[in-house]
This record gives sequence, C-alpha cells and structure tokens, in this order.
Amino acid sequence: MMSDRITFTIDGVEVQADPGQTILQAADAAGVYIPRLCAHKELNPFGACRICTVMVNGRPQAACTTPAANGMIIENETEELTDNRRSIVEMLFVEGNHYCMYCEKSGNCELQAMAYRLSIMVPRHPYQFPDKDIDGSHPDIMIDRNRCILCARCVRASRDLDDKNVFQFVGRGKEKKVWINSEAKLSDTDMDVTDKATDICPVGAIIKKRTGYEIPIGQRAYDHKPIGSDIEEAKATAESN
Amino acid sequence: MSAPENMRKIVIEPVTRVEGHGKVTILLDDEKQVQQARLHIVEFRGFERFIQGRPYWEIPVLVQRLCGICPVSHHLAAAKAMDIVAGVDELTPTAEKMRRLMHYGQMFQSHALHFFHLCSPDLLFGFDADVAIRNVVGVARKFPELAVQGVMMRKYGQEIIKATAGKKIHGTGAIPGGINKNLSIEERDEFLKDIEQMLEWSRASVKVAKDYTVENLETVADFGSFDSNHLSLVREDGAMDLYHGNLRAIDAQGNKIFDQVDYQNYLDYVAEEVKPWSYMKFPFIKSIGPEDGWYRVGPLPRVNLCDFIDTPEAEKERQEFMAVTEGKPNNITMAYHWTRMIELLHSAEKIKELLNDPDLQGEDLIVKGERRPEGVGLIEAPRGTLFHHYKVDENDQVTMCNLIVSTTNNNTPMNLAVEGVARKYLSGATEITEGLLNRVEVAIRAYDPCLSCATHAMGQMPLVIELIDSDGRLLDKKAKGMSLND
Repeated sequence: MMSDRITFTIDGVEVQADPGQTILQAADAAGVYIPRLCAHKELNPFGACRICTVMVNGRPQAACTTPAANGMIIENETEELTDNRRSIVEMLFVEGNHYCMYCEKSGNCELQAMAYRLSIMVPRHPYQFPDKDIDGSHPDIMIDRNRCILCARCVRASRDLDDKNVFQFVGRGKEKKVWINSEAKLSDTDMDVTDKATDICPVGAIIKKRTGYEIPIGQRAYDHKPIGSDIEEAKATAESN
Repeated sequence: MSAPENMRKIVIEPVTRVEGHGKVTILLDDEKQVQQARLHIVEFRGFERFIQGRPYWEIPVLVQRLCGICPVSHHLAAAKAMDIVAGVDELTPTAEKMRRLMHYGQMFQSHALHFFHLCSPDLLFGFDADVAIRNVVGVARKFPELAVQGVMMRKYGQEIIKATAGKKIHGTGAIPGGINKNLSIEERDEFLKDIEQMLEWSRASVKVAKDYTVENLETVADFGSFDSNHLSLVREDGAMDLYHGNLRAIDAQGNKIFDQVDYQNYLDYVAEEVKPWSYMKFPFIKSIGPEDGWYRVGPLPRVNLCDFIDTPEAEKERQEFMAVTEGKPNNITMAYHWTRMIELLHSAEKIKELLNDPDLQGEDLIVKGERRPEGVGLIEAPRGTLFHHYKVDENDQVTMCNLIVSTTNNNTPMNLAVEGVARKYLSGATEITEGLLNRVEVAIRAYDPCLSCATHAMGQMPLVIELIDSDGRLLDKKAKGMSLND
C-alpha cells in the first residue's frame, strides 16, 4: 500500500523507503551512494566503520544502522562529512600496513577504492607501522592482519551465513584484532575456501591462496569506475528506461 | 709510498647518469700517483630481509619495486623462481611467449634509454666537451632526429610492457605458473604498425655505436679495459637467449670454465664475497676463487659467449663484432655500447617474430603443479645475469631470499675500470678538470649500472670533487649542478 512508504530527503532529493529499511538500504535502492566499508548487502547492519555517517535532522547517525523515517532531512555529500570520511579512511591506512603497490587486492580493494573516491592523496596522520602477523597455516586461505580494517564482515559472514563462527574480535583499542575460534591457527578451524567468509573481506586481509594477480590490470573492479558507481548507475539506467 | 691517511683523497659523489646512488674515491700519493680508486655503492635496500614472511605468489610483484628502470627483469626472474616453487617446469606456449614479449620490450626500452639518454652525450660530443652541451638536451639540439628516435624507441618498448604486464612500470603480468593475459589482435596490430620503423632505427643505432667504437678504437681499446671472465645464460644449442637458458662462463681467451649449468644449482658455481667498504657484494666463480674468479655480465659477455644469435640481422652484426678480435672474446669495456645496440636490434627482431606468432592469442595461460620448497629464477636483464633464489615454507611464506643483481656481478669489473681510468688519466695531474672526472664516470656508464632514479640528470646532478693534500688542506674543489655553499 502506498501509505506504507516512507518519504525523506537526501541532500534535497526525495527518497522513498519501505518500513524497516535502513537509510543506507533506501539510498542504495534510490541510486544514492553513501560511502561505506563494513556494510554488505548479505550481512546484517553492524556500524563498525562509521564511514556511512550522515547528518539526520542535523545529528550524525550511521546510515547503515539507522532506520529510515518519514520526514527525515539527511545530508550526505557535505564538505564536513566528506572530510570526516577521509579522516576515518586515513586512520585505517595508518593503523595498518597497507602497501597497495604490491597488494594482490589492489584494484579490487574497497579501502583503496574509497581512498580514490574521496580523493585522498596522503594521510594527515602519521603512519603507525604496527607489528601484525600473518596466518598461512590453512592450505587454501591466508590471513594477513597487516591489512585488516576490523569491519567484522568475516565475523558476521562466518557466523550468520556459513553457520561456523570461525572469527571473533579479541583485545580492545589499538590492540583489537580479528582472531579465530581455535587454539592458534586458521588450519585448526573448519573454515573452507568456499565459505562466504573467504570472499567477503573488503581488503586483502583474507585471501584465497595462489590466486593473486590472476585478474589483469584494466579488468579489476575499480580500474575504470569509482566504488559506488554500480549503485549510481543502476538508478541512471532505470531513469533512462 | 705514503700511508693511506696521508694521501690525497678525491671523492666523486654522486656518480651521475647511472641508476641509484654511488660514489668514487681516489687516493693519490705524494708523487700524485693514483694508489687506489674505488666505486662505492652507498645505498642499502634490504629487500632480501623484508620479503620474508610474504606469500610466494606476491613476490614477482613485490620484489620488482627494487627498480623503476628495469622492474620487468625482477618481475620475471622472481616469477621464474616461483614457477619452480609452484611445481611448474614448463609454461604454456602463450604464457612463455607473453613473458618473452614483455622481456624483449623491456630490453628494447632499457637499451634505448641508456644509449640515447645516458651515454650518447659522451660519445657524440666527446668526454671533454663543454658540460653545457654534453647532456641529453645538447643531444636533442644538435642531433634532433637521434633524440626523437631514442624517445620513440623507449615508448615502443614501454607500450609492449604495458600490453603484457598491465602497466608500463610495476605491472602484474607474470604469475607463478604463467601469465594473466594474452595479447589481443588489436594490441598486436598496433605494434605491428611501427615494428619496421623500430627495426630501421635499431639498425641505425648499431651503426652509430659500431662506427664510434671502430673510429676510436685506439682510444677505447685501453680505456678502463682488462681481461676478464664472462658469464651469461645461453640456450641449449649455444644461441643467445635473454629469457631462459643454462649458465656458461668463459675466460678472457674464450676457454669454457663451465657450460650448460642448470641454474637451479648456481650455488655450486658462484659465490659472493663481502668487503667492508661497500654495501654491494662481490660475486666470483667458485672453482677459481675470489681473487681471480670475478667475471663480467651484460651485453658484452652475452655477445662474447654465445655461439650465435638466432635472428639474422643481429647475427650478422655479431659476426662483424667478433671479427674485430678475430673470434676471441672482446675485453674492451667501451665495446659494451656496441654489443648493447646489437642486442637492441636482436630484441626488435624478436618482438617482430613474436608479434607474428598466433600463440600470443592463446587462451591457456596458467599451469598448476605440486608445491616445492625452493626455487631459483635467472634471466638476462638488460644489465646482465640476474639471480633470484627463494625458499618457501609449508605455509606458502618466503623464508629465504638471495638476490644477485646484474650490477652486483659487475662490481669488481666496474672497480677495475674506475681504477684503470684513474691511473691512466689522473696520475700526475695537479688540477682536476671536469673532463677528467667525466672519464671516470664514462667508464662506469659503459656498464649501465643499475644504481636510475637519478639518471635523468641532463648534466645537472649535484657532484662535488675535492682535492685534499696530506695535511688535509683543500687544494681544489669542483662542483656541478649545485652551489659550492650547499
């Protein structure tokens, strides 16, 4: 019924949502891209990265966890929000060891693509060069914690989609990291290369072994179009039809 | 003879129109005779250590960051080593030929870069010419056609690298067991359009280098020259093969020291010595020992060593080159330039041959095999034989890496060339002239050392030379490209 539809605006453009949809989901459906890293279509909202933070009636809210409501006035692409998003992404870069120049995820990496979309040239914060470890014990999967951005996609995918619960967060603050529910190594878990959790990492922290660089430069996800273009183009295509 | 602390010390720092950072020190005794001259490589990279722990398939992309001028060489040498680690002994024809095309593109652009941009000012204007014209801009002014050829040849090679590796610098084409793309018909046709022009320019380049060497034979014959052993890969039938083969080494007279050695066993034949005054190691042939076992690598040894070149025009040029020394190895340092241009022509011929091969449009790109714990990859890089050796644990992580880069192989020869030129031209000199300094650098440049970020200097790189007497008094100081107050 028409009366069930929720109507609100994002940057002055009227957007409609179904009851229960988050601002992010409604924006996606409307072809409005709100930058995000931890959110994923197959996963429940989590609110880890805060990059999708928008101004809702003048107050900052995470678009991925906030339900859409009638009459909301949402600001998405403002100078201030964009700068905040840059700052968050920059912090993610300096708190890990992200060497895009040789990373096999380069060109397909959502963090790298976000940095390009936000026109980040160099982080404003000093690099931390943290000491992170690599778990290569699994025959088909490698964990490189140098590149982890703590989005919890793997934690949620393993628990909610694979029904395995392989990953958990341990530690707090700068000591926080994704760990595995076993004594020490990924090989001790029941993780399988076909698990959803293997594919869902936005960066190169969880990778399939022996498949790196198989997609040539020029054919990778973000070689020609910025991240979010799929959402924006879907709307443009719908309008032209 | 004076004690070393009382000698005059001349320092050339940095050496210009070469890759990276190096300096030359020359010690003079009280009679103004050169007692010691050394090329020091003052940079330290650490790649062998910090790639430890990284997954083996990442290495061909990671380790090529060693260099911005010939990253393809490191990319391919590492990929060849990781083929072995991945349990793959033979690539598909498409994969091998795509890699070869990438390599010949690299060889073509690198040799063109060196000849036209880095050393042509010395050869075209003379070692003593005014520095204001003895640079690449001077070449462009006086020999505009030649300068444009150099740029266009480099571009052609770089475009081939892009078509095979995805990017002109630091691409991702080669992966353990194969390649990640083939060459489309459109890409092929684009290169075929210009290949005849490249061949024509290559022929002309050989002629420039040949004419220079022959016309100045008297001068160049003993300009930093010396007898040496020579080492390179050769094909099983003795042909020059810049991408793959077995190791061959000969002495200065052409006697074989070893031949058709499987490079997986290189450690049985080659070792490295460490000296306290340089970050660069000194490789030598084990059976001869460190004192006399050093050898040269690069274009000169490759042309000296091979039985023939399998492309007709370069083979004809090789025969002409070998005729100068009546078939014996040529030990003239400045002959590197001539042989480099023979290889430039060979690379252009190989590129044409490959472009006409339908295997490049094949779809079978990768072979999988049974993991092995260790692999060695060798390739003939533009500057000489390049060794990559890795050990990889059961978790697929690198535990050991040993790299012997081309320029490292030429360490002793470059030092001898520096010393020879310094003794010949500097001994007895009371005043340092710019032309004199340049002679030392000319000898180094003949080897095209990969020390290159700094090479695009156009004669303006900072360089300071001080002549200090045995009491530490500054007798003379010359600088270029910077203020003396810096």
